[in-house]
Amino acid sequence: MKIWVPMDSAAKALGADEVADAIAAQVGPDVRIIRNGSRGMVWLEPLVEIDRGDGRVAYGPVTLDDVAALLDGTLESLGRVEDIPFFARQTRLTFARCGVIDPLDLDDYAAHGGLAGLRRAIGMDSAAIVAEVTASGLRGRGGAGFPTGIKWKTVAEAVADQKYIVCNADEGDSGTFADRMIMEGDPFTLIEGMAIAGLGVGATRGYVYLRSEYPDAIRVMEAAVRIARQRGMLGADVLGSGQAFDMEIRTGAGAYVCGEETSLLNSLEGKRGTVRAKPPLPALEGFLGKPTVVNNVISLATVPVIFEKGAQHYADFGLGRSRGTVTLQIAGNVARGGLFETAFGMSLGEVVNEIGGGTRSGRPVKAVQVGGPLGAYMPVSKFDTPMGYEDFDAAGGLIGHAGLVVFDDTADMLQMARFAMEFCAVESCGKCTPCRIGAVRGVETIDRIAAGDAGAADLLTDLCETMKDGSLCALGGFTPYPVMSALTQFPDDFATRREAAE
Amino acid sequence: MLDQAPAPDDIRDLVSPLLTLEGPLLPMLHAIQAEWGHVPQAAVPVLADLLNLGVAEVHGVISFYHDFRKEPAGRHMLKICRAEACQSVGGNAMAQRMLDRLGVDWHGTTRDGGVTVEPVYCLGMCACGPAVMLDGRVIGRIDDARLDRLMTQVGA
Repeated sequence: MKIWVPMDSAAKALGADEVADAIAAQVGPDVRIIRNGSRGMVWLEPLVEIDRGDGRVAYGPVTLDDVAALLDGTLESLGRVEDIPFFARQTRLTFARCGVIDPLDLDDYAAHGGLAGLRRAIGMDSAAIVAEVTASGLRGRGGAGFPTGIKWKTVAEAVADQKYIVCNADEGDSGTFADRMIMEGDPFTLIEGMAIAGLGVGATRGYVYLRSEYPDAIRVMEAAVRIARQRGMLGADVLGSGQAFDMEIRTGAGAYVCGEETSLLNSLEGKRGTVRAKPPLPALEGFLGKPTVVNNVISLATVPVIFEKGAQHYADFGLGRSRGTVTLQIAGNVARGGLFETAFGMSLGEVVNEIGGGTRSGRPVKAVQVGGPLGAYMPVSKFDTPMGYEDFDAAGGLIGHAGLVVFDDTADMLQMARFAMEFCAVESCGKCTPCRIGAVRGVETIDRIAAGDAGAADLLTDLCETMKDGSLCALGGFTPYPVMSALTQFPDDFATRREAAE
Repeated sequence: MLDQAPAPDDIRDLVSPLLTLEGPLLPMLHAIQAEWGHVPQAAVPVLADLLNLGVAEVHGVISFYHDFRKEPAGRHMLKICRAEACQSVGGNAMAQRMLDRLGVDWHGTTRDGGVTVEPVYCLGMCACGPAVMLDGRVIGRIDDARLDRLMTQVGA
């Protein structure tokens, strides 16, 4: 008998360790307990799977009191994970192995399609590797949506004695946890993606800049890198290819702005994490001034499946110029929260109401913030917007890292706008005046609106314009998205106070 | 975790093996904080000397990052997520109630040195908020009663 109990940190935060300990104390030595990643259905965590010889059967959420019934077979099961509607509707490419395998078992990884992509890439030259990524249509999943192949091509064509692959794992956006989940649940896929990137652009060294708020992900990634090195997946001779690639895990230090690629590079170099002006592009002058690919975790973790199944297979999914799958993270006040990987194109309303099941509180949905703290608050009237980069842009929003935070009708959008400005003030690196000072003034201006100053809304609009135009990076430049969307889409939350004060 | 400032030689011994890294300053600061619970003032000239930086540059780096503490924290560290996903499920009210109970503001330490409360912007528990981290252990879908019990367990 085999029993899977996730070691994903969300599952642990809901009691998975205690459940695993209780199971271990009650079963014999013939039972193998595997600590897997999460299947992504967070509302069912801890989700335990048992294989009694006829396939994996799921149970969840399992509490300590359930363990005896779980083991004697009397606990009601959820059936196969693959048959649970939330899971059955997904297209799992990037997350195909997450929650299925033992995250630190390289043989298990290889048995489920792992390393096939890297082996194929080893047989290709640099130009062919870059062309494959370009043909897949993969765009940066960190938020900006820049075509990954073009970035790689720039680095590949740069001439330098040293090039780098830097993985941006500083996933600081509220509502996002896809990076954390894949690093905890399938770390070798990120390592494989970075190795392919290294071969593609001629980089022999890589770094994962991983936020300190994710101690479990740091532990798993460090262990995976050690194993990959021992087994020859990393090192001077990657899988016997004669080509070198090795990598390290670096820990961030709690600065949100370091998720911006140039801040991240400064931080990695040991400097203050202030934003750099572009040009020069990091692709030409990045880490330590050398040509550097900076890609998000999900972008790099998607590379292996593109090489395993072919660029066309990946590009066949999607909508318009948004190709492949998007790893939606359904979060906040939602009945069925979790990770939902699907082809681009599903509407926002479908995701929130059909997949997510509406609010956890049972009250009506008021707003959904898409794309993290710098994303717009989308009202229910925009629920027909398809999940796609261009479609969200046209609707006055952004997909960002594809996190969705659902709010019910108790949310006070003026307070959410104020929080956006406050957050920007706390996290501003200080380089650009509109962001550094504007965010502080923004908080004050919203307080004036709350106090009934009718003219302050125009001032806030003007301030947001200045921040948008006068900031180097998305922190100052995009904070106006949540602020202005709250102001324009939910005017009642701003007006009632004004009228009440009059 | 020692309360008194470490000797410069101890700091130097701790971080010197990291000199071979590319961009060694953050790993050094993490190592120092892991050892002594904060980054003491005495570390600044040592790091400046080792890395051939000005003391102002080293100070500037330390003060930029939320993680690095100038003085030791309380015996227990409670980090409460303040980000939007936790706010959407009542995180603000829960946080304020706990700050009131402990009699501290954000970043504050209780008078007996028992608990330090820090805000954190996202623990990646966005589908199971509100979330807190107590001494490195993350707890999801927490409510007032459970947080009270945890605080009682650590004597606060």
